[in-house]
Order: sequence, then C-alpha cells, then structure tokens
Amino acid sequence: MSDSQWPLWEVFTQGDHGEPFEHAGSVHAADAEQAMQNARDVYARRGEAINLWVVPSTAIVASAPSDAGPFFDPGNDKAYRHPQFYKVPKGVKVF
Amino acid sequence: MTPNPALDAGEDPRVAAFEARIAAGESIEPKDWMPERYRKQLIRMMSQHAHSEVVGMLPEGNWITRAPSLRRKMSLIAKVQDEGGHGLYIYCGTETLGVDRQELVEQLLNGTAKYSSIFNYPTLSWADMGVIGWLVDGAAIVNQTILAKTSYGPYARAMIRICKEENFHKRQGYEIVATLAKGTPAQKAMVQDAVNRWWWPSLMMFGPSDTDSPNSGELLRWKVKRKTNDELRQRFVNLTIPQVQAVGLTVPDPDLRYDAATENWLFGPIDWAEFNEVIRGNGPCNKERLAARREAHEAGQWVREAATAYAAKHERRSTEAA
Repeated sequence: MSDSQWPLWEVFTQGDHGEPFEHAGSVHAADAEQAMQNARDVYARRGEAINLWVVPSTAIVASAPSDAGPFFDPGNDKAYRHPQFYKVPKGVKVF
Repeated sequence: MTPNPALDAGEDPRVAAFEARIAAGESIEPKDWMPERYRKQLIRMMSQHAHSEVVGMLPEGNWITRAPSLRRKMSLIAKVQDEGGHGLYIYCGTETLGVDRQELVEQLLNGTAKYSSIFNYPTLSWADMGVIGWLVDGAAIVNQTILAKTSYGPYARAMIRICKEENFHKRQGYEIVATLAKGTPAQKAMVQDAVNRWWWPSLMMFGPSDTDSPNSGELLRWKVKRKTNDELRQRFVNLTIPQVQAVGLTVPDPDLRYDAATENWLFGPIDWAEFNEVIRGNGPCNKERLAARREAHEAGQWVREAATAYAAKHERRSTEAA
C-alpha cells in the first residue's frame, strides 16, 4: 500500500468558558476521531483549549477576497447602525 | 535566478496593488492574489523552516534515554514533542499556499529539501542539550520574533504560537548550562566545550551575510523578512554575551569586543566555507539525520496503514447501518 495523504481538517479551539471558538490551524487525519486526537496533541499541549472543533477543510465555505468590497458594502454605509449616530441631551447618562 | 520586479510590475497591475497592501502593513491571506514569486519564496522558506523543526528533534532525541534525572528527561521529551508540533504548525501554514504536505515530506526524505545547517552537528555530551536549548533555540527566538510580523498571515500566526513555546526551551536550556557551569570542574569543562562547539554554528543559523544573501532583497521588500540576516545575528550576539558572562563561560572568539559607540558586541569573521559545506550536505551528520528520518517514516508506515484501514472500516459500518 502506498503512502497516501489523509484528509485535511481545520481546528478551532475555545480557550476558556464563555469565549468564542477560534481557528487554530489544521491537521491531517484518517477520520474525525483521529483528527480530534491530533488536534489535541498539536494545538492543546499546554491547556490552550477547553473545547475543540474539527471540521473537514472541504466543508468550509469562505468569502472571496476579490469580491470583498461589494460583498461587505451593505454594512459599510449605514452610520445609523452605530450609537454615535444619535444625539442625546447634554448631561444625560444614556448608558 | 534574479527576479525582475520592474518587469513583473509592468506585466500585471495586480503586482502594484499587492505591493501597496504590503506597504500599508496589511497581511496577506491564502485566498488573496499574490505574485507567483511571493508564493514560491514563502513555500521555500516555510517548508525549510518546517523541515528544520522536524529534523531538530533528532539531535535532542539522541539524549532522552540518557538524561541525568527524571526532571531533565520530562523536560527534554516535552521539548522534542514541541519541535514536532512546530513542524506541524508550519507545514499546515505552507499548505495554505497550495502545496501538498506529502510533497513536502517527500522532498525532505529524498534529500532535495534544505533545513537548518545547525542540526547537522553531533550532540556529543549532555551539556549539548543545555547549549542547544540556550543558543540554538535562543537564535531561533530572535529570528522568529521578527517573523511573527511577516506579511503572510498563516506564517505570522504559526510564529506567534511557536514563540510562546520557545521561551520554555530556552529557559530549560539555560538552566542546564547554569547548573553545569557552577558544578564540578569536569562539568564546567563539559559545558564550556559544548559552547565552544555550538557558538559558531549558532551564528551561522541566521544565514549568509547580507552581502551574500541571494533572496534577502526581495523578501525584505515584500516584508516576508523584516530584518536582515546580519541585523538579527548582531541582535542575538548582543543578547547572548551577557548571559555567557553571567554563568562564567566564554565564547571561542578572540576578536569579540564591546563597541561603546554602536553598543554592539563585535565578533570575528564567520567561516562561511564550513557553512556552505554543511548546506551542501557534507556536514558531520547530514547523512545520519536523513537516514534516521527515513527510518522513522518507514517504521511508521504500518501505523498510517492501520489508521486508514480503521477509518475505512468505520465508514463502511456506518454506511451499512444507514
């Protein structure tokens, strides 16, 4: 049997309770169970994670940098979505 | 191969846009457009770096069974495991540039890939474990701290992760050195001998002098490198000499002197002929390192096959059950 390359899995780690999962890197593994073990050995040797996600890299759908301008445009021109847009009477503590 | 940036820029307007992003301090991500030279240079540099981490396990692995105490043995095992992990971080970063892991591993095993010249020197005594952690990992930290600001995002992120772990490597090494340096005359002689052997190869780790570094200009312009080889080497010497003095050791350089005007520790000429010989494959341990790497790869074949068969069996069962 020749040497074949196992599928690639993306690894996400949660550093502590209540924190979001962050992309840490990737590992190669034959299946999900091994991906989980490899991810632990590579990305959590010093208590860096309390939870792990492993996702087949092929399952990730990513935005295209070349279309980033028009794609994110709807969120860029709406100043009224920010609190600073609104005037409040001087001296009043709103928050 | 001399790159011609003017020609590139003339050919493709995307080059100018790319260079403007670099100049503005933006980081480049895998799906961003990049010049083919940038991609190639990064694959070359990152894969050499990953190979160095993996081959770097061998000189230290040599001493695991002979560590003088359980404490030292645990530290050394953890350090060697880290080096394997560092190789994996960087291989994974390299793959984002569109190259297969397997291809990189094959290049290492068939001897066409380069790796750091330092790992082709033998580890002759226990003191070498201290001196490697202190000087070799110390030099790597100087290099990698700057690489953590490199323009390619995945490489920079791998470096940040690595830098955090290297500090443990350096401190455990310096602890071994300091312990031996204040030990018996024989222990002190052993650690001085190790410094004498590793000092110059450690300075060579930063690569050829700026006047003779074929890739530096382009890499600096694209902010892959942020400092030149000579700048990093000088920084390492300035950081290290006070540490040498603090434990009462010396470095094998009769020309070493402090220059108050530049605040630099000036050092003597490096033997580049030796460096080139080691790079060409004629160092003391080049053949031994590759043979050990190949043996490890071949001896692990059955594990890879078993994992693949196990995954296939479970896949089959879950399909049958469905």
